[in-house]
Amino acid sequence: MNNITINAEKQATTKAILDRLKKNFEVSDIVECKPGLTTLSVNKDKAETMIRELRDRETYTHLNFMTCTDYIEKNILRLTYMLHNYESKHSLAIHVDINRDQAEMTSIHRLWGQAWTYQRELREMYGIHFPDSPRLEEDFCLEGWDQMPPMRRDFNTAQYSHQTFGHREGRVSENPRQHMKINLYPNRGGDE
Amino acid sequence: MALFNPATTNKISTGHSAALDFSQPAALDMASGKYVRIWQGPQHPGITGNMALELILDGDTIINCKTHVGYLHRGFEKLMEGRTFIQNFPVVCRIAVPEPAFNEYLYAKAVEEISGIDVPERAEWIRTLNLEMMRLSSFMMWIGGMSGAFGQYTVPNWTISCRDHVLDLFEEMTGGRIYHMYMVPGGVRAGLPAGFKGRAIEVMDSADKLLDQVERVLFNNTVFKARAKGLGVITPDLIDPYGIVGPNARGCGIKRDLRKDEPYLKYDELDFDIITHDDSDAYGRAYLRLQETRQSISLIRQCLERVPSKGAFQADMPNVLHWEVPAGETYVKAECTRGEYGYYMVTDGSEYVRRVHVRGPSYSHGIALMERLAVGNNIADIAGLMVSLHTYPPEIER
Amino acid sequence: MSNNNKAPLENAGLSVEEKPFFSHARPQAYQPYSTKAIEDFANWARAKSLWILAFGTGCCSIELRPLMTSRFDANRFGVAGRPTPRQSSVFVIGGYVSVKTLKRIIRSYEQMQGPKFIIALGSCPANGGMYFDSYNTINQFDLYLPVDMYVTGCMPRPEALLASIMDMQDDIRAGKCDGANHYVNNLDWYKKNQKKVIKNWDMPDYNW
Repeated sequence: MNNITINAEKQATTKAILDRLKKNFEVSDIVECKPGLTTLSVNKDKAETMIRELRDRETYTHLNFMTCTDYIEKNILRLTYMLHNYESKHSLAIHVDINRDQAEMTSIHRLWGQAWTYQRELREMYGIHFPDSPRLEEDFCLEGWDQMPPMRRDFNTAQYSHQTFGHREGRVSENPRQHMKINLYPNRGGDE
Repeated sequence: MALFNPATTNKISTGHSAALDFSQPAALDMASGKYVRIWQGPQHPGITGNMALELILDGDTIINCKTHVGYLHRGFEKLMEGRTFIQNFPVVCRIAVPEPAFNEYLYAKAVEEISGIDVPERAEWIRTLNLEMMRLSSFMMWIGGMSGAFGQYTVPNWTISCRDHVLDLFEEMTGGRIYHMYMVPGGVRAGLPAGFKGRAIEVMDSADKLLDQVERVLFNNTVFKARAKGLGVITPDLIDPYGIVGPNARGCGIKRDLRKDEPYLKYDELDFDIITHDDSDAYGRAYLRLQETRQSISLIRQCLERVPSKGAFQADMPNVLHWEVPAGETYVKAECTRGEYGYYMVTDGSEYVRRVHVRGPSYSHGIALMERLAVGNNIADIAGLMVSLHTYPPEIER
Repeated sequence: MSNNNKAPLENAGLSVEEKPFFSHARPQAYQPYSTKAIEDFANWARAKSLWILAFGTGCCSIELRPLMTSRFDANRFGVAGRPTPRQSSVFVIGGYVSVKTLKRIIRSYEQMQGPKFIIALGSCPANGGMYFDSYNTINQFDLYLPVDMYVTGCMPRPEALLASIMDMQDDIRAGKCDGANHYVNNLDWYKKNQKKVIKNWDMPDYNW
């Protein structure tokens, strides 16, 4: 069970901040996942300004991380910026959707010292371009990589590993569902 | 090299970006023979893991530092997307190799939060005990690494053997020395064995005595003091701009500890204080970590007293082989030895997790902060600087 | 091992700037001593002083620290950790090997002086282990470098590693550990496998 104690005053502050964001930056889909964590979505053009304002005026001074989720079925990449406010102990996850085929987003490397590392990783793993980000095209984790960005959902890592690195014979995989269906409960119908 | 007044260091400066430095250094004439470019790594005494530093030296002084990671990259986040929820749980502990228990706990907690599973009381106590023992063994290894980086090899021999006794306790409790695979979504896999408390208290007593000896031998050592004082000073205006967490931040006098600020598990019922230190150099941080090791031992003793011996250790779980976790997202964090360790999980209602992002504290300490602090130091002190920031490369590149 | 004194060196006559930093010569297989007694004595000496290169390549190398310190104490077996490949004779492949690390392992292994041996820890070098479907870790280590001893486990205990060192000592004394010669005799096959996975090959064909 979650036992973060956020007192009423801090909750009111957070609500006031969210109202201001709604008014100034047209944020949408505000969802409170749990006490202390709220997610919201903002348009790509307003995201960097909103993040800057959160950092400078609303004391969300800590950048936890910056990551990306691939929604290939909707043809978008969803960037997530997680900011944390140490005073009100509230975390804000900002979702920014960008187009999968033209993946580009304003860089925030001037706002936090560790942001350029995250942007380097996202360029390598998802193929997202952040103009002006330092050392963006340098290899981060992979050396001599000539395939598509590996974290994208259409990259099949098991198939690539099998083709490039081979596989040793004698490796046996058990599928418990199949085992139960065939050996333990052969007479029970349905896919259980 | 200046020490910091605690009265003025609790407020983070509002000139946030002022601390960030984007000035490009003047282009160096590498052909002049004045500068030497050397590569320290991936194998070198400074670190538990493989990470390389590309240094440009002028004599013995470092004038530029670039970090190179990726030697330990396994693509965990991609591997986790291809495995069901229960298949992920043995894999996640391998993300942060020297300190695996936090990964298991955070993965389990993230899944539990999204699916709304309540963990029973006994399991929470056992998890707290497991995490504190993990902190203890990780700090023991760190103290060994810190003295080894300065060339003192007595203390590593002591602390790593003592850590081995803690690993014996882990083996009794969970079945594995390093990778326990013990904290499942829903609770833990088994209760504590009979007689565990007595054996654990013996190990804690010997660890306490050892830490007193380590303090005498290492922290009163003239060479260690001369080399570590003034090394790698983190000023308070770097804390939020670089995302510095954990003992690196507490070493500057900032009172932030996730176990107190946002308590999880049973930390709100345990008795401990946030330890800070005012010298924000390598020596101060090392002393701070020694005190946190003692604090871990005291917390373990408290947990051993209060762990209930009866009760369920695992919640009623759905059939994990066909487990479809409802769609949602969450971010859970814990205070590991290096700071805030976090798991961000997104699920979409299928049997596979949509996205897991592991936020390791070494990501910001080991790359951006390291490149900033290395400049101006002697090449001989770089290993000590890397260890004093407590960087574990496996969690940087996962 | 290198060319005989009569033939000129390959870079004879070149200026200092034009001389390459490496030799193009191929390695030669290690030949045992002609007298069996001397070879037995040499094998005994090699077996009792296995110095390992302190290069932890993956997860399993976290157990190298307890191995070398006072609880398990590999020093009583003659095992010491050396920082440079020039002074070591055993390369312990600790766990999984990513492609980036494989390049450095090859480079370090070829710089070691023979006779040299490789111990592969864990299931990852054997068949890919836990990361069999990862795009960055190799699945079969002995396609790239010859392995003299496999130690199974995930991860193997320090006692297992000590047992493997004892087994290897017996094998060396019997003259059976010749992975290095196998590497030299099948160099083209190994190089072909290595170049298939290491796409940015920017080092010499053989790293002397």
